[in-house]
Amino acid sequence: MIRIANGQGFWGDWLEAPVRLVEQGPIDYLALDYLAEITMSILQKQKQDDPKLGYARDFPPLVARIAGKIRERGVKVIANAGGVNPVACAREVLRLAPALKVAVVLGDDVFARLDEFLSKGYEMRDMDTGEPLSKIRDRILSANAYIGAFPLAEALATGADVVIAGRSTDTALTLAPLVHRFGWQPADFDLLAAGTIAGHIIECGAQTTGGNCQVDWQTIPDMANIGYPIVEAEPDGSFAITKHPHTGGRVNTHVVKEQLLYELGEPKNYITPDCVADFTSIRLADNGPDRVRVTGIRGGPRPPSLKLSISYTAGWKAIGTLVYSWPQALAKAQAADRIVRERLNHIGLSFDEIYTEYFGLNACLGPAAPPNPDPPEVQLRIGVRGSDRKAVDRFTRELVPLVLNGPPGATGYGEGRPAVREIVAYWSALIPREVIATRVEVVS
Amino acid sequence: MKVPLSRIAHTRSGDKGDTCNIGVIAWDQRHFPILVRELTTERVKRHFGSLVEGSVERYELPNLGALNFLLHRALGGGGTVSLRTDAQGKTFGAALLSLEIELTPEELL
Repeated sequence: MIRIANGQGFWGDWLEAPVRLVEQGPIDYLALDYLAEITMSILQKQKQDDPKLGYARDFPPLVARIAGKIRERGVKVIANAGGVNPVACAREVLRLAPALKVAVVLGDDVFARLDEFLSKGYEMRDMDTGEPLSKIRDRILSANAYIGAFPLAEALATGADVVIAGRSTDTALTLAPLVHRFGWQPADFDLLAAGTIAGHIIECGAQTTGGNCQVDWQTIPDMANIGYPIVEAEPDGSFAITKHPHTGGRVNTHVVKEQLLYELGEPKNYITPDCVADFTSIRLADNGPDRVRVTGIRGGPRPPSLKLSISYTAGWKAIGTLVYSWPQALAKAQAADRIVRERLNHIGLSFDEIYTEYFGLNACLGPAAPPNPDPPEVQLRIGVRGSDRKAVDRFTRELVPLVLNGPPGATGYGEGRPAVREIVAYWSALIPREVIATRVEVVS
Repeated sequence: MKVPLSRIAHTRSGDKGDTCNIGVIAWDQRHFPILVRELTTERVKRHFGSLVEGSVERYELPNLGALNFLLHRALGGGGTVSLRTDAQGKTFGAALLSLEIELTPEELL
């Protein structure tokens, strides 16, 4: 049996979690997932500003903080913290923790190869809209192939203390140690599917130990000290989900079910670079306090294509807010919204979208929000987006004047004008897997 | 008798680009057939009104007593494009809990 823990569900997750996982009980591998779809575009913008960046900057100082303990206990760290610059990430880790052996997995970054792909006839059509990549070719910022567990397992085989990948799948971080230690092969579909689903369950950190959980949330113990998830995996593909003893949170079948359904597409076809996992084959059973057994998982062969994650610039946006107070808070906010739109019209500005929410009434639930006819206060929240930066910038000057020249009772403008932000949008496409070649390097 | 979905199920939601997924899980796995009967794609789409511009798909996971819904073009463009507070659809699951379903007197017990 080997223990794989997840200590970061996304870049920005709780900084204490990985440290506690290493210190509060036995684990063999510490997986850290830093990349959401939008994270790659954020990292790309940071690399544009500084070529030495473009990775998860939380990661090197974290590794430095746990370096002594992981060496002492033989814990291996495996992370997709490399973002769009894994080598820079590895160098920073080594600068802060020179005693560690660090390996990177390269080859996922195909930004420089896009024209080669296009010339070979790969259209890389967007998986949502079906449009060809040529439509946005001149606006592309980054392009990475999702890579699976086998290149990461190869990196673990170097004996590295820390393995850093770029755009690996989230689930590969958990599957890779299983492939490495149990010798699972590409044709072992059921085993690979089991490891993939184990990865899916823990990839969002505490979301499977009681965080963001509707199940009796008010009785979940000691959330301030919530334990992050641990997979106890067997060579036959069965596993248990648990957490360290004496930590907060809760693990039971209902909590695990919520995470299984999180960001799920078609349940019988959970496609990864390593296999296709069937979520309708999963069997869960409560197996003692804070412990769920998972068995029965079936899978199919890996697909012939890999998915590309491509980011591109898509204009500018700004979102501004003002607060209106009782009485008639909503009516005042609605009047202010009409005034802003009329003034934007008068000066001839147009946008791809102007979107208004009444925060406190409908921002989250939209038409499904329960009625609230006389709220004590409402935050007017207007967003615009478009290709003309100047127009978006001009919009940001239209909210604060309303405090004096609009409906009564406006406040909450202390932050001043809203910031104009560049939109970096996301494009996903397929590419034959044989055109993607990964390689492992030990960085010194 | 009409009751809110929260009476028999809990949910979790998230995003894939401009698509929002909502997992709906029966508190008691025996209630899974009620979810199948009551939570049609039409009802789910109607519940969200103008928030969901595209189609709604439904998948069954009887092993978990759960349904998975995919709500397309539901997040105002998704990711960093979206101008919404909840650009990642985190609260869509909770929003679905207020959908009213019809239970027979026996099912209410």
